[in-house]
Amino acid sequence: MRGSKLELISIQSRRRVINSLAQIGALLTVFFGLFWLGWILMTLLQHGLPGISLKLFTHLTPPPGSPGGIINAIVGTFLIVMLATLLGTPVGILAGVYMAEYGQTGWLGPVTGFVNDILLSAPSIVLGLFVYETYVIWVGHFSGIAGSLALGLLVIPVVVRTTENMLKMVPNRLREAAAALGTPQWKIVTMITLRASRAGIITGILLAVARISGETAPLLFTALNNMFWSKLTQPTANLPVMIFDYAMSPYKDWHTLAWAGALLITMGVLGLNILARSFFKQKPLGR
Amino acid sequence: MANGGKVLTEEITVAPRRISGPSRSYSMADQIFENITRFFAFLVLLLLAAILVSLFIGALPALKKFGLDFIGSTAWNPVTNVFGGLVPIVGTLVTSAIALLIAVPVSFGIAMFLTEMCPARLKRPLGTTIELLAGIPSIIYGMWGLFVFAPVFSRRAEPWIDSHLGSLPLIGPFFSGPPIGIGVLTAGLILSIMVIPFIAAVMRDVFEVVPHMLKESAYGLGATTWEVVRNINLPYARVGVVGGIMLGLGRAIGETMAVTFVIGNSHSLHVSLLMPGNSIASTLANEFTEAVGKIYISSLIELGLFLFIITFIVLALAKLLLIRLSRMEGKRS
Repeated sequence: MRGSKLELISIQSRRRVINSLAQIGALLTVFFGLFWLGWILMTLLQHGLPGISLKLFTHLTPPPGSPGGIINAIVGTFLIVMLATLLGTPVGILAGVYMAEYGQTGWLGPVTGFVNDILLSAPSIVLGLFVYETYVIWVGHFSGIAGSLALGLLVIPVVVRTTENMLKMVPNRLREAAAALGTPQWKIVTMITLRASRAGIITGILLAVARISGETAPLLFTALNNMFWSKLTQPTANLPVMIFDYAMSPYKDWHTLAWAGALLITMGVLGLNILARSFFKQKPLGR
Repeated sequence: MANGGKVLTEEITVAPRRISGPSRSYSMADQIFENITRFFAFLVLLLLAAILVSLFIGALPALKKFGLDFIGSTAWNPVTNVFGGLVPIVGTLVTSAIALLIAVPVSFGIAMFLTEMCPARLKRPLGTTIELLAGIPSIIYGMWGLFVFAPVFSRRAEPWIDSHLGSLPLIGPFFSGPPIGIGVLTAGLILSIMVIPFIAAVMRDVFEVVPHMLKESAYGLGATTWEVVRNINLPYARVGVVGGIMLGLGRAIGETMAVTFVIGNSHSLHVSLLMPGNSIASTLANEFTEAVGKIYISSLIELGLFLFIITFIVLALAKLLLIRLSRMEGKRS
């Protein structure tokens, strides 16, 4: 009798102890995550801020030992990312439309869905390798366009996925109401469902832009780097590869530029992320 | 229209045809539009095929020369043109395994905190903050890892690891070695920080959709928070949890820049995790632009092909597992 009562108490307290331990553990994991974020951001500010100056935005990347800025890399990144987005977004949206509006039956929809999943987590460096194999060798030299192609390949699966998901969230009532009025299918898609999911799709595009802006690996074998201004048909300066080259170099002033570039690109990417999120929150679906 | 899946598709395409005149052009426009979208969906498919084929063609010279020996060989000699992929392949698998070992429990804890313990006001900002970790470009992780984390790690942690864990019987050899800061363990650690936000975000989202009725019932019966998470959330959201872990694994396998900075880029195989190694992606990033000679380049492309195939297998396994799990769920209910 006494034994069982003791047992009961011990089970109770054991459950309580386990629960407390688990809760403390969960709290610690949150601090674990925040700790690294804080440390990395602190490092960036500490090393990057001293390098931020007006010169950064007005001068070209210098040879070691002389002062300079990174304006060609900033502009190059901007152009490469813009072209990549222009290339990847239409493909992504149209493929996403097919999967959401037409792909329910037949084999193409599900198979494309699976393939898209693979592309979504395909290593970005392999995409760079692919563009090198097909485009760079064909043209004969590295170029900013090749960089845009590689990054565009990264944009496609992100946009396909968000477009498909957002279109599927549009209530069928809207489609049926339009159909009852005799609206042709293509008008239903372009004028009604795509419009209703506009905010979500734009969020997806913004997230895709945020993802490719910081990508380095696919640019190594495609856009390469350039110390000077260049057209997109030549090797083009861009922030990520510039940071990589300069950080790995033995020169102190190049390190300063690399850290300043790192700070800029992180702030840009994090800003885009936050913008995308707030954009989606403000304009809910269907408005 | 061949693809009238939904009832409504049929109505739209059939109905205008009964009327003559302009409606015919409607249905034509419809067909054109559908075929355009179908073309682009097909393009996505074609893209994957093109990537595989081009990598395969690029890897062909190396495949012909080394055959299956490539996978088992640790050789990497650009002078004599003998290459083997064992070191980078092992490096990729080991760093990803370390990353998951750390990231999965931590992400679980974060998801548990965010869904069951966090005050409602903090939920959103805290979740977004953790997700910001995913937004930081990987090259920043690399720079931070090489210039800031590695020195601290080699001074503070590695001597301790070497003297305490290194002398243990079974796992000792893995943890004994010189404290040089960069190496396989450092790469795995930094990878884990990078994949935590991905896994944690998915876990939180799937815990969030567990019906409140279930949770409240358990709490009502006197279950503790841990018991609710362990016995209600986890089984209910199992499919999503597995999916999140696989997403993280895919990220870890293909991650390039962060690993390139801190893994040490050495083409030798060591038991110790403190020693430098190499991963497929970092080998490519370091050597591809400088490689000369057909066999050298082709061997690097073959590594890229392996990397792609490994990601492919991981994803296919995840899909299969998810299908099986959901089928079991179907049987139970």
